Formats: sequence, structure tokens, C-alpha cells
Amino acid sequence: MSDQKKGISRRRVLKTGLAGIVATGVAPTIITNAYGFTNEPTGSTVKFGFNVPQTGPYAAEGLDELRAQQLAVEHLNGIGDGGMLSTFSSKALKGNGVLGKQVDYVTGDTQTKSDAARAAARSMIEKDGVVMINGGSSSGVAVAVQGLCQEAGIIFMAGLTHSNDTTGKDRKANGFRHFFNAYMSGAALAPVLKTAYGTDRRAYHLTADYTWGWTQQASIQLFTEQIGWETVNNVLTPVGAGDFSSYIAPVLNSGADVLVLNHYGGDMINSLTQAVQFGLRDKQVNGKQFEIVVPLYSELMADGAGANIKGVYGSMNWNWQLSDAGTQAFVKSFGEKYGQPPSNSAQTCYAQVMLYADAVERAGSFNPCAVAEALEGFEFDGLGNGPTLYRAADHQCFKDVLVVKGKENPSNQYDTLEVVEITPRAQVEYAPNHEMFGGDEATLGACNPGA
Amino acid sequence: MLGLSAKDTGFLLFVTFLTLATPILLQPFPETSSLAQFNAGYPDLMQRFAIYGIFAIGFNILFGLTGYLSFGHAAFLGVGSYSVVWMYKLLSFNVLPGLILAIVLSGVFALLIGYVSLRRSGIYFSILTLAFAQMSYNLAYSVFTPLTNGETGLQVYTSDPQILMGEGSTQVPNLFGLVMQDSIKLPVGDWLFTFNVGYYFTAVIAIFVFYISLRIFRSPFGLILRAIKTNRTRLSYAGINTRPYMLAAFVISGMYAGLAGGLLAAMDPLAGAERMQWTASGEVVLMTILGGAGTLMGPVLGAGFIKYFENIFSKINESVLHDWFGALPEPVRDFLIAIVSPFVGDGWQLTLGLLFVLVVVFLPGGIMEGARRIGSIFRRKPAAAEPAKLPETPPAVAGDPAGE
Repeated sequence: MSDQKKGISRRRVLKTGLAGIVATGVAPTIITNAYGFTNEPTGSTVKFGFNVPQTGPYAAEGLDELRAQQLAVEHLNGIGDGGMLSTFSSKALKGNGVLGKQVDYVTGDTQTKSDAARAAARSMIEKDGVVMINGGSSSGVAVAVQGLCQEAGIIFMAGLTHSNDTTGKDRKANGFRHFFNAYMSGAALAPVLKTAYGTDRRAYHLTADYTWGWTQQASIQLFTEQIGWETVNNVLTPVGAGDFSSYIAPVLNSGADVLVLNHYGGDMINSLTQAVQFGLRDKQVNGKQFEIVVPLYSELMADGAGANIKGVYGSMNWNWQLSDAGTQAFVKSFGEKYGQPPSNSAQTCYAQVMLYADAVERAGSFNPCAVAEALEGFEFDGLGNGPTLYRAADHQCFKDVLVVKGKENPSNQYDTLEVVEITPRAQVEYAPNHEMFGGDEATLGACNPGA
Repeated sequence: MLGLSAKDTGFLLFVTFLTLATPILLQPFPETSSLAQFNAGYPDLMQRFAIYGIFAIGFNILFGLTGYLSFGHAAFLGVGSYSVVWMYKLLSFNVLPGLILAIVLSGVFALLIGYVSLRRSGIYFSILTLAFAQMSYNLAYSVFTPLTNGETGLQVYTSDPQILMGEGSTQVPNLFGLVMQDSIKLPVGDWLFTFNVGYYFTAVIAIFVFYISLRIFRSPFGLILRAIKTNRTRLSYAGINTRPYMLAAFVISGMYAGLAGGLLAAMDPLAGAERMQWTASGEVVLMTILGGAGTLMGPVLGAGFIKYFENIFSKINESVLHDWFGALPEPVRDFLIAIVSPFVGDGWQLTLGLLFVLVVVFLPGGIMEGARRIGSIFRRKPAAAEPAKLPETPPAVAGDPAGE
């Protein structure tokens, strides 16, 4: 064998190495694109990119977002009844496209994976020439795609992302979030929990083991401890665990009388169902009724958990049962087109598309820096959430937060949640350099118009 | 040339030509036509073709030659990506230090995993590698969060040290100032060709590692590996200790995977834990089998095939279908859309799955066997002369994967 191995001679190794060096040396020379900004629309149409999970655990949320985005495009182009265009406080949009250009869109599948989401987003930017990307049903994906849009020089309008980090330590100049965040959930929920369950409670947290779970757990712990609750334990659970029984059994003997489930999607459905099956909610601990709290709710989760959510408190960005004019107009046109009410992820995506188009119209340009300037500090109303501010310092929307409860006697299959309280915006506000949002170190950086 | 036979040199030149001309070859339809949907000549996808090509070439050295099916190669892909992003964070946006670290670290990692896993063969080896990869994934996902940033993925922040960066240094991945995302756009008539720096960087590396793999296939070392596939017991009776060879093959293919992972982060400065998930390991197995295990070119074609489906077919939504069939009368149009739509858009995996089944059933040797069969129809030469005409390694390939 040793003889044969000598067959790869030193000369050959040298030759191989040289070939490599020569090959690298012939790298092509470069000229950069000479556009004013990335994907400047030149024809009679402008393209938006809708990047949502169409496969994987959040597919249901993603497909509902896509419905709302398609509806928004129709309304922008003057098809259908115009939805929230008629109630939107800014009247810049006329239903004739954006800046006179018809709106076209492309869709992509994030698969709820940062990698796939970025690949889909890059193909939208490089191949289809989109000027804005909207979507994402997970904070991990939103943060990843937001970073990409910042580098590429287009605007990112975040869809459903609830982690503090999206507009906290990972905030970007080209990224904007309409959805609320974990901190706001905590600030809105705590007073309601105080009234419902009192000040002397012992909470046990089960938390999805990733950034969204951590920031939500920290927020809820902060606010419940402010009302006098004690945090007994916080157990991190892997995402997509499926079976939570081994995590729920210890809760019974921990002396806790409230279980906080920092879970989302299928995980929340499973953990809540199992907690109910273990009889937690029928228990008396420390002389008090045992309770369960799910800080972040969605209609699709409520649907999946069925009767188990009855009486369980949580928070939401928006609910289709609100009575303001914007909500009613949106629910009507969504219902007529798809035969079902929109979820809160659908509403946030619809609002984001409208807000972007409106900002372009007001700025008079698709240049991301001009659009960002038009969005920063923008105050508006009529998109279903009441008076809202797009804060300039961190690109987070500030608006009322809904505290909801699983309905005891639902009248139909969509009537699963009831709004308990509308927490006013002032109560959920915080400083842009709040320590839960990256402190003083977190900056937006400079706006990037791309090439 | 370069220690290759004339035939192999021709083959290498052919591959080099294909790789360098990719931006033109993948853009066959004019921008204005409705078929432009199927063009794949944009930087991100071309980069992915080259990178996953490298990944599959490396995997093929292990699986194609020795027949050892590793289900854990995504772990090395992840290690490579994390190394590159960490080098961005600590040093600067130059990709070179990161890529070197990626190859070295994944090599070390492969040595550790390989040393343990190769104590078993067959299904037990596959399970062991799968277990290690899944462990790495979970470690990256939650335990090593300070190192990997968990689910969010590792990113570069302005607050990172980046000690080699001065004022005005390039803020995006580059090779000594050559920015990876820069492109030259060349309009020719209705066509638009994009020549991207990042693509050519990966392409040159891909050609180089393809050459190395060609040399390994033709070397005595490659012969031993193939002998291991055919009959390992007999080899040990002949007094040859096969484990060092296996380990070497495992480490080499691990380094290929690390390089591919590093390049992924070199093109796009983010590393996520899901790169290490078992589905990513499974993907490279699919690529290799779809293209043709044990052939030189097959895995690269398989990689291109899967990435093409993932990126092009998943973007065909209902409104695109409406555009296509718009001219037809309404009932026909609705019927066609109802038939086609489950297979495109969110159904792209369904189409890919069907194709995979068809390939495995009818073309056990993968795309390469298909190409060979088509070639033999046109060539009309005596069948016996066929294998000799082919650039790939002829023996044992066409039949074997079916028996794997």
C-alpha cells in the first residue's frame, strides 16, 4: 500500500496548489450597479414581496397572512370595496396603485426557517425586483429577513413577530413593526390578572426555548412580580416537543397556583391541552383555584385548543370582533372574499402593506430612505387598532393592546375569544433604550437605499 | 494535464465551462416572456447551486465511494457557517479567515464524530451520525446560545469587536475588498444576464474541489474506498486495516461540508441552527441519489435540481397560474388551475417527492443514468463500448444504489 500512496507525488501536490492559486487570481473585475436605489421601479408596475410560511408548523398563520396581503393589493389597485382605505386617516392612497403604478406581488415560502426565509427573500430581491418585503410568522425569521433587507437596501414591513428583539436589540433602520411585542403583553396583562386572581400568587413558567420565549417570559415575570406575584420556577422546553407531560407533572408539586405557558402555535395547543387533561384547572392550591395563562393568543391557536381555552387569559394585537369602523370594513371585505374572519396576523400584514403604500405616496418616491422618513413618527388611525404611532426611535408601532379570554359559550366556530379589556397605549409604552430592548447599545443604524 | 488523463482533462474543462457559463445558461428565457418565471440565473440561486454542489461532491466521496450512508453531514455545514460568522464578528468582513477556520473546525469535528461512528457499519453507522447531528442541532439551538444565538441565528452587530476593521472598511462580506453581493448586469436584447462576484468566487472554489474529488476518485486511495464498498471483510482478510481509510474519507467529506457551510455564510452573513437539522442532512442524501451516487457529476446535478425546485416552483402561486392559462375559456382554465396548483407553490415538495420516487424506481443510477441512456440512444454504438465513453467511473455505479 505504501508504494501506491507515494503515487501522489510532491510535484502533483505543488501543481494542484498552483492551479488553485491561478484559479483564484482570475476572479472577474467588478462594476457596481448604477441605480439610485435597489430595484427602483421603472415600468408601469411595482412589485411587493410576500414572504410567509406556507409549509411547516406556522403554515396556517402564513396562509392567512397571504390572504390579507392579496386583499390589500386588490384594494390598492382599486379592485373590490377598498376595505380599510376608506377608514384610514391618511387619504394619500386613491385606489389607483401606488404613485400611479399598478401593484404586483410575488410570494415566497419561509418554511419557518431563517435560512429558507432568507433564500426566498433574496430571490424576490434579486430575481423579481421587489421594493418591499412583508411577512414572517416567527420572530427568528423576522429578525433574519429584516437584517437581509437592511443589507440589500429595501424596506421590511414585519408581519407577526412578537419578540422584544425585533425592534429591540435587532432593530434595523429599514425594518418596521406594526405588531405588538412581549413587553406590551406583560404590561397589558398584569393589571387584568391582578383583578382576576389577586396579588398573592405563585407562578410557574413553561417557556419555549428561543428568543421569543425568553423575552416573553422575562416580560411576564417582570410585570407579574410588580403586582406582587412570586415566580416559583421557569422551565425551558424545546420547540416542537409535542409531548409536554414530563414538564407539566412537576408543576403539581411545586406549590405554584398559576401556570404561565410561553408557547406558540402547535406547542401551545399541546401544552394547554395536556395541562387541562392533568386536571390542573380543577385543583385547589394554597387555598386558591389553580389558573393557566397564555400571554400570546391567536385565533388559530384558540381554534386548535378547542374547549380547553375557556376562561384562559391572554393578549392579542387585534381581534375581528372589535367594533371600530376600520375593523368592520376589513372584516367585511375579507369575509366576502374568503368566507371567514381574518386572524390578527392577517390584520397586521394588511395594515403593514397599506402603511407602506401610504408612506410611498406621501414621500413621492419608492426610495427606502424617503419611505422610512415618511413612516417615522407617523400618527394614524382607522386601521383597526385606534390611534397609532410609528415611533421613530425604534420603528415600533404604539397602540392599544387587547386582553382576551377564551369564551365560555361560543356562538359559532370563529367566536372563540372575547375581549376583556382594551389596554390604553399609554400603559404599554416604554423608553426606546429600555434594558429589555437592548438598552443604550441598540441602534437602528443608518438607512440603506442599496446600490 | 494536472495529473489527469486526457479524457478526465476534457471532462474537467467541460465542467469548468458549464460552471463559468452558468449565468448565461440558466437564463434561457427573455425577461419579457411569461416563461421568465423559470429563469434561475440570479445570484442567490446560482450561489446555492455551487455551494450545495460542493456539499454533495464531498458527501459523494463518503457515500458514493465507500457506501457508508451518513445522516449527519448537516452538522458540518452548520459548523462551517458558525465559524465564518464568528470570524466576521471578531476580525472583519473578509471571508478568507472564516473559510479557513470553517474547513479546519469541521475537519476536527468530523474526526471526533467519525472516530466514534465508524466503529459500526451499515445502519448503525447511519444512526450514530444522525444522533450526533441531532445533538449538534440541539446544542446549537438552545444549549450553546451564547455561541450560536439560538433560533434567531448568529448575526453581526455594530457592537461586535471586529478588530481588523477600520473606518470606512467594507461592511459586507468581501474578499480583500471584492464585495460578494456586487454584480454586473448585462442586458442583451430582451435577456438580462447577471454576473455576480459571489457566484464566481464559489464557482472557482467549486471547480477546484471538483478537481480534488476527481483526483481522489482516480487515486489508489479512491480504489481502496471502492474496495471497502464492495467487500470490506475481504479487504481486512487481505491484511488491510480499513478504518484509517474510512476515517480519512469521512474527514474529507466533513471538510467539504464545512467549506460549503462557510460559503453559505460568506454569501449571506447569517448562520442558523436549522442548517444542522436532520432534514438538511437528508437533503444532501437526496441530492446524491437523485443525481447518481458514485458518479462525479451526479451529486452536483442533484443539488441543482433540488435547489431549483425549492426556489422556482415554490414561487408559482395561483395568480401566476391565472396569467398562464388566462387565454383559455373559463371552465378549462379553472380545471387546469385546480389540477396544477397542488403541485406548485406550497406543494413544491409534493412534486419533488413524486420525481424522487420516479427516479429511484426507473433510474436507480439517478439523473446520470438517464443521461447515459439518452446518450446511448443517440450514439448508436455497440452497447459494450458505452461505459468506456463516459467520463464517470463506470463500475458498480448503475446497479449499486438500488441495492444500498
